[in-house]
Amino acid sequence: MAMTATPEENALHPDLLLIAKVKAGDLSAFEQLMRQYDRQIFRIALHITQNREDAEDIVQDTFLKAFQKLDQFQGNSKFYTWLVRIAVNESLMRLRKRRSQKTVSMDEDIQTEEGSIPRDFADWMPNPEQNYNQSELADILRRTIQGLPPGFRTVFALRDIDGLSTEETAKALGLTVPAVKSRLLRARLQLRERLSRYFRVPTGAHPL
Amino acid sequence: MNCTEFLANLTDYFDAKTASSLRSELEQHMADCSHCYVTVNTTRQTIEIYRNDELFELPESIRTKLQQAVLIKCAKMKENKGRKI
Repeated sequence: MAMTATPEENALHPDLLLIAKVKAGDLSAFEQLMRQYDRQIFRIALHITQNREDAEDIVQDTFLKAFQKLDQFQGNSKFYTWLVRIAVNESLMRLRKRRSQKTVSMDEDIQTEEGSIPRDFADWMPNPEQNYNQSELADILRRTIQGLPPGFRTVFALRDIDGLSTEETAKALGLTVPAVKSRLLRARLQLRERLSRYFRVPTGAHPL
Repeated sequence: MNCTEFLANLTDYFDAKTASSLRSELEQHMADCSHCYVTVNTTRQTIEIYRNDELFELPESIRTKLQQAVLIKCAKMKENKGRKI
Protein backbone atom coordinates (compact mmCIF):
# COMPACT_ATOMS: atom_id res chain seq x y z
CA MET A 1 0.00 0.00 0.00
CA ALA A 2 1.45 3.35 -1.01
CA MET A 3 -1.34 5.48 0.47
CA THR A 4 0.54 6.63 3.51
CA ALA A 5 4.17 7.52 3.48
CA THR A 6 6.22 5.90 6.22
CA PRO A 7 8.06 8.20 8.68
CA GLU A 8 11.31 7.19 6.95
CA GLU A 9 10.00 8.22 3.52
CA ASN A 10 8.73 11.46 4.99
CA ALA A 11 12.08 12.26 6.52
CA LEU A 12 13.72 11.81 3.14
CA HIS A 13 11.14 13.29 0.81
CA PRO A 14 12.43 16.60 -0.59
CA ASP A 15 8.88 18.03 -0.76
CA LEU A 16 8.69 18.01 3.02
CA LEU A 17 11.84 20.08 3.31
CA LEU A 18 10.40 22.58 0.85
CA ILE A 19 7.10 22.68 2.75
CA ALA A 20 8.94 23.36 6.00
CA LYS A 21 10.71 26.26 4.27
CA VAL A 22 7.41 27.65 2.93
CA LYS A 23 5.89 27.47 6.41
CA ALA A 24 8.92 29.41 7.65
CA GLY A 25 8.12 32.14 5.12
CA ASP A 26 10.30 31.17 2.13
CA LEU A 27 8.24 31.83 -1.02
CA SER A 28 10.98 30.58 -3.34
CA ALA A 29 10.44 27.11 -1.87
CA PHE A 30 6.78 27.33 -2.88
CA GLU A 31 7.87 28.36 -6.37
CA GLN A 32 9.96 25.19 -6.52
CA LEU A 33 6.96 23.07 -5.54
CA MET A 34 4.89 24.78 -8.18
CA ARG A 35 7.51 24.23 -10.89
CA GLN A 36 7.60 20.60 -9.94
CA TYR A 37 3.88 19.91 -10.19
CA ASP A 38 2.14 22.60 -12.26
CA ARG A 39 2.28 20.62 -15.51
CA GLN A 40 0.70 17.54 -13.96
CA ILE A 41 -2.01 19.63 -12.26
CA PHE A 42 -2.77 21.34 -15.57
CA ARG A 43 -3.10 17.99 -17.33
CA ILE A 44 -5.43 16.60 -14.69
CA ALA A 45 -7.58 19.75 -14.76
CA LEU A 46 -7.69 19.68 -18.55
CA HIS A 47 -8.71 16.03 -18.57
CA ILE A 48 -11.60 16.70 -16.23
CA THR A 49 -12.84 20.02 -17.62
CA GLN A 50 -11.77 19.58 -21.28
CA ASN A 51 -11.23 23.32 -21.38
CA ARG A 52 -7.77 24.93 -21.48
CA GLU A 53 -8.81 28.26 -19.92
CA ASP A 54 -10.50 26.50 -17.05
CA ALA A 55 -7.46 24.28 -16.59
CA GLU A 56 -5.17 27.32 -16.38
CA ASP A 57 -7.45 28.90 -13.76
CA ILE A 58 -7.50 25.64 -11.84
CA VAL A 59 -3.69 25.54 -11.73
CA GLN A 60 -3.75 28.98 -10.09
CA ASP A 61 -6.59 28.16 -7.71
CA THR A 62 -5.05 24.83 -6.70
CA PHE A 63 -1.69 26.32 -5.75
CA LEU A 64 -3.28 29.29 -4.00
CA LYS A 65 -5.49 26.99 -1.97
CA ALA A 66 -2.52 24.75 -1.17
CA PHE A 67 -0.58 27.79 0.02
CA GLN A 68 -3.49 28.97 2.16
CA LYS A 69 -4.06 25.55 3.69
CA LEU A 70 -0.50 24.38 3.97
CA ASP A 71 -0.80 24.29 7.76
CA GLN A 72 -3.44 21.60 7.32
CA PHE A 73 -1.07 19.36 5.38
CA GLN A 74 0.09 16.89 7.98
CA GLY A 75 2.61 15.01 5.88
CA ASN A 76 0.86 11.69 6.35
CA SER A 77 0.33 11.43 2.61
CA LYS A 78 2.40 12.60 -0.32
CA PHE A 79 2.19 16.34 -0.99
CA TYR A 80 1.43 15.64 -4.66
CA THR A 81 -1.53 13.39 -3.78
CA TRP A 82 -2.86 16.14 -1.50
CA LEU A 83 -2.43 18.67 -4.31
CA VAL A 84 -4.20 16.39 -6.80
CA ARG A 85 -7.15 16.10 -4.46
CA ILE A 86 -7.48 19.90 -4.34
CA ALA A 87 -7.18 20.08 -8.15
CA VAL A 88 -9.84 17.40 -8.70
CA ASN A 89 -12.29 19.22 -6.40
CA GLU A 90 -11.60 22.55 -8.10
CA SER A 91 -12.06 20.94 -11.52
CA LEU A 92 -15.39 19.34 -10.60
CA MET A 93 -16.59 22.67 -9.19
CA ARG A 94 -15.62 24.40 -12.42
CA LEU A 95 -17.39 21.75 -14.48
CA ARG A 96 -20.50 22.19 -12.37
CA LYS A 97 -20.49 25.96 -13.00
CA ARG A 98 -20.18 25.43 -16.74
CA ARG A 99 -23.14 23.10 -16.70
CA SER A 100 -25.40 25.66 -14.97
CA GLN A 101 -25.22 24.14 -11.53
CA LYS A 102 -26.07 20.64 -12.70
CA THR A 103 -24.54 18.18 -10.26
CA VAL A 104 -21.22 16.85 -11.44
CA SER A 105 -19.41 14.25 -9.43
CA MET A 106 -16.91 11.48 -9.80
CA ASP A 107 -19.90 9.12 -9.99
CA GLU A 108 -21.55 10.76 -12.95
CA ASP A 109 -22.48 8.47 -15.85
CA ILE A 110 -20.49 5.57 -14.51
CA GLN A 111 -23.51 3.30 -14.37
CA THR A 112 -23.49 2.95 -18.12
CA GLU A 113 -22.36 -0.44 -19.33
CA GLU A 114 -21.15 1.03 -22.60
CA GLY A 115 -17.70 -0.20 -23.50
CA SER A 116 -17.33 -2.46 -20.50
CA ILE A 117 -17.36 -5.49 -22.77
CA PRO A 118 -15.11 -5.39 -25.84
CA ARG A 119 -16.94 -5.62 -29.14
CA ASP A 120 -14.32 -4.64 -31.69
CA PHE A 121 -11.79 -7.41 -32.16
CA ALA A 122 -10.03 -6.09 -35.24
CA ASP A 123 -6.28 -5.74 -34.81
CA TRP A 124 -4.70 -2.32 -35.31
CA MET A 125 -2.33 -1.18 -38.00
CA PRO A 126 1.35 -1.16 -36.98
CA ASN A 127 2.20 2.23 -35.40
CA PRO A 128 -1.33 3.43 -36.12
CA GLU A 129 -0.72 6.96 -34.85
CA GLN A 130 1.75 7.49 -37.72
CA ASN A 131 -1.09 7.29 -40.22
CA TYR A 132 -2.31 10.69 -39.06
CA ASN A 133 -0.56 14.02 -38.97
CA GLN A 134 -0.02 15.67 -35.60
CA SER A 135 -3.13 17.82 -35.60
CA GLU A 136 -5.36 15.00 -36.88
CA LEU A 137 -4.05 12.70 -34.17
CA ALA A 138 -4.50 15.37 -31.50
CA ASP A 139 -8.07 15.85 -32.65
CA ILE A 140 -8.79 12.10 -32.55
CA LEU A 141 -7.31 11.69 -29.07
CA ARG A 142 -9.08 14.76 -27.72
CA ARG A 143 -12.48 13.80 -29.11
CA THR A 144 -12.10 10.23 -27.96
CA ILE A 145 -11.26 11.03 -24.35
CA GLN A 146 -13.90 13.77 -24.25
CA GLY A 147 -16.53 11.11 -24.77
CA LEU A 148 -15.73 9.42 -21.47
CA PRO A 149 -17.61 10.34 -18.27
CA PRO A 150 -15.46 12.60 -15.99
CA GLY A 151 -15.10 9.83 -13.40
CA PHE A 152 -13.47 7.56 -15.98
CA ARG A 153 -11.37 10.28 -17.63
CA THR A 154 -9.91 11.32 -14.31
CA VAL A 155 -8.95 7.82 -13.20
CA PHE A 156 -7.35 7.14 -16.61
CA ALA A 157 -5.41 10.43 -16.49
CA LEU A 158 -4.10 9.89 -12.97
CA ARG A 159 -3.18 6.24 -13.39
CA ASP A 160 -2.10 5.91 -17.00
CA ILE A 161 -0.89 9.36 -17.94
CA ASP A 162 0.44 10.76 -14.67
CA GLY A 163 1.59 7.41 -13.37
CA LEU A 164 0.02 7.54 -9.90
CA SER A 165 -0.39 4.13 -8.26
CA THR A 166 -3.85 2.66 -7.83
CA GLU A 167 -3.70 3.43 -4.10
CA GLU A 168 -2.60 7.05 -4.68
CA THR A 169 -5.37 7.52 -7.25
CA ALA A 170 -7.92 6.13 -4.79
CA LYS A 171 -6.71 8.47 -2.09
CA ALA A 172 -6.65 11.52 -4.39
CA LEU A 173 -10.19 10.86 -5.60
CA GLY A 174 -11.72 9.61 -2.35
CA LEU A 175 -12.52 6.25 -3.96
CA THR A 176 -11.85 2.69 -2.88
CA VAL A 177 -9.10 0.70 -4.57
CA PRO A 178 -11.60 -1.73 -6.20
CA ALA A 179 -13.58 1.26 -7.53
CA VAL A 180 -10.42 2.71 -9.11
CA LYS A 181 -9.56 -0.65 -10.67
CA SER A 182 -13.05 -1.07 -12.07
CA ARG A 183 -13.16 2.45 -13.52
CA LEU A 184 -9.68 2.12 -14.95
CA LEU A 185 -10.58 -1.07 -16.76
CA ARG A 186 -13.71 0.46 -18.21
CA ALA A 187 -11.95 3.69 -19.17
CA ARG A 188 -9.20 1.78 -20.95
CA LEU A 189 -11.65 -0.51 -22.76
CA GLN A 190 -13.90 2.35 -23.83
CA LEU A 191 -10.97 4.37 -25.17
CA ARG A 192 -9.63 1.31 -26.98
CA GLU A 193 -13.00 0.62 -28.53
CA ARG A 194 -13.36 4.21 -29.73
CA LEU A 195 -9.80 4.50 -31.05
CA SER A 196 -10.29 1.27 -32.92
CA ARG A 197 -12.49 3.10 -35.41
CA TYR A 198 -9.43 5.06 -36.53
CA PHE A 199 -6.60 2.61 -36.00
CA ARG A 200 -7.95 -0.78 -37.02
CA VAL A 201 -6.59 -2.66 -39.98
CA PRO A 202 -8.90 -1.87 -42.91
CA THR A 203 -11.23 -4.71 -43.87
CA GLY A 204 -9.55 -6.99 -46.41
CA ALA A 205 -6.04 -5.84 -45.48
CA HIS A 206 -3.57 -7.71 -43.30
CA PRO A 207 -1.30 -6.11 -40.71
CA LEU A 208 2.33 -6.00 -41.83
CA MET B 1 -10.72 -19.40 -17.73
CA ASN B 2 -13.38 -17.66 -19.80
CA CYS B 3 -13.25 -14.15 -21.33
CA THR B 4 -15.22 -12.53 -18.47
CA GLU B 5 -12.78 -13.90 -15.89
CA PHE B 6 -9.91 -12.80 -18.09
CA LEU B 7 -11.23 -9.22 -18.27
CA ALA B 8 -11.79 -9.12 -14.51
CA ASN B 9 -8.05 -9.65 -14.04
CA LEU B 10 -6.87 -7.38 -16.83
CA THR B 11 -6.02 -4.34 -14.67
CA ASP B 12 -3.83 -6.41 -12.36
CA TYR B 13 -2.25 -8.10 -15.38
CA PHE B 14 -1.26 -4.72 -16.89
CA ASP B 15 0.10 -3.62 -13.52
CA ALA B 16 2.08 -6.88 -13.20
CA LYS B 17 0.32 -7.50 -9.91
CA THR B 18 -0.93 -11.00 -10.60
CA ALA B 19 0.57 -14.06 -8.93
CA SER B 20 2.67 -16.08 -11.36
CA SER B 21 0.13 -18.95 -11.48
CA LEU B 22 -2.69 -16.55 -12.44
CA ARG B 23 -0.42 -14.81 -14.93
CA SER B 24 0.24 -18.14 -16.64
CA GLU B 25 -3.49 -18.83 -16.80
CA LEU B 26 -4.11 -15.39 -18.33
CA GLU B 27 -1.37 -15.88 -20.89
CA GLN B 28 -2.71 -19.31 -21.76
CA HIS B 29 -6.16 -17.81 -22.28
CA MET B 30 -4.67 -15.17 -24.59
CA ALA B 31 -2.88 -17.85 -26.58
CA ASP B 32 -6.20 -19.65 -27.09
CA CYS B 33 -8.48 -16.63 -27.58
CA SER B 34 -7.71 -14.25 -30.42
CA HIS B 35 -10.34 -11.73 -29.19
CA CYS B 36 -8.67 -11.33 -25.80
CA TYR B 37 -5.24 -11.28 -27.42
CA VAL B 38 -6.28 -8.36 -29.64
CA THR B 39 -8.02 -6.62 -26.73
CA VAL B 40 -4.86 -6.73 -24.63
CA ASN B 41 -2.58 -5.54 -27.43
CA THR B 42 -4.78 -2.68 -28.53
CA THR B 43 -5.52 -1.61 -24.95
CA ARG B 44 -1.79 -1.49 -24.28
CA GLN B 45 -1.34 0.67 -27.41
CA THR B 46 -4.18 2.93 -26.26
CA ILE B 47 -2.35 3.61 -23.00
CA GLU B 48 0.97 4.21 -24.77
CA ILE B 49 -0.50 6.58 -27.36
CA TYR B 50 -2.09 8.76 -24.66
CA ARG B 51 1.00 8.61 -22.46
CA ASN B 52 3.32 9.71 -25.27
CA ASP B 53 1.14 12.43 -26.70
CA GLU B 54 1.85 16.04 -25.78
CA LEU B 55 -1.75 17.04 -26.32
CA PHE B 56 -2.21 18.08 -22.73
CA GLU B 57 1.01 19.98 -22.18
CA LEU B 58 1.12 23.38 -20.56
CA PRO B 59 3.03 25.80 -22.83
CA GLU B 60 6.11 27.31 -21.16
CA SER B 61 4.98 30.92 -21.65
CA ILE B 62 1.64 30.27 -19.91
CA ARG B 63 3.43 28.29 -17.19
CA THR B 64 5.63 31.25 -16.34
CA LYS B 65 2.66 33.62 -16.35
CA LEU B 66 0.67 31.38 -14.00
CA GLN B 67 3.60 30.87 -11.66
CA GLN B 68 4.17 34.62 -11.41
CA ALA B 69 0.48 35.32 -10.80
CA VAL B 70 0.34 32.72 -8.01
CA LEU B 71 3.50 33.97 -6.34
CA ILE B 72 2.28 37.59 -6.35
CA LYS B 73 -0.97 36.50 -4.68
CA CYS B 74 0.91 34.31 -2.19
CA ALA B 75 3.16 37.24 -1.27
CA LYS B 76 0.07 39.40 -0.64
CA MET B 77 -1.50 36.65 1.48
CA LYS B 78 1.70 36.34 3.46
CA GLU B 79 1.80 40.10 3.99
CA ASN B 80 -1.83 40.24 5.16
CA LYS B 81 -1.28 37.31 7.48
CA GLY B 82 1.75 39.09 8.94
CA ARG B 83 -0.33 42.22 9.58
CA LYS B 84 -3.02 40.26 11.40
CA ILE B 85 -0.40 38.76 13.69
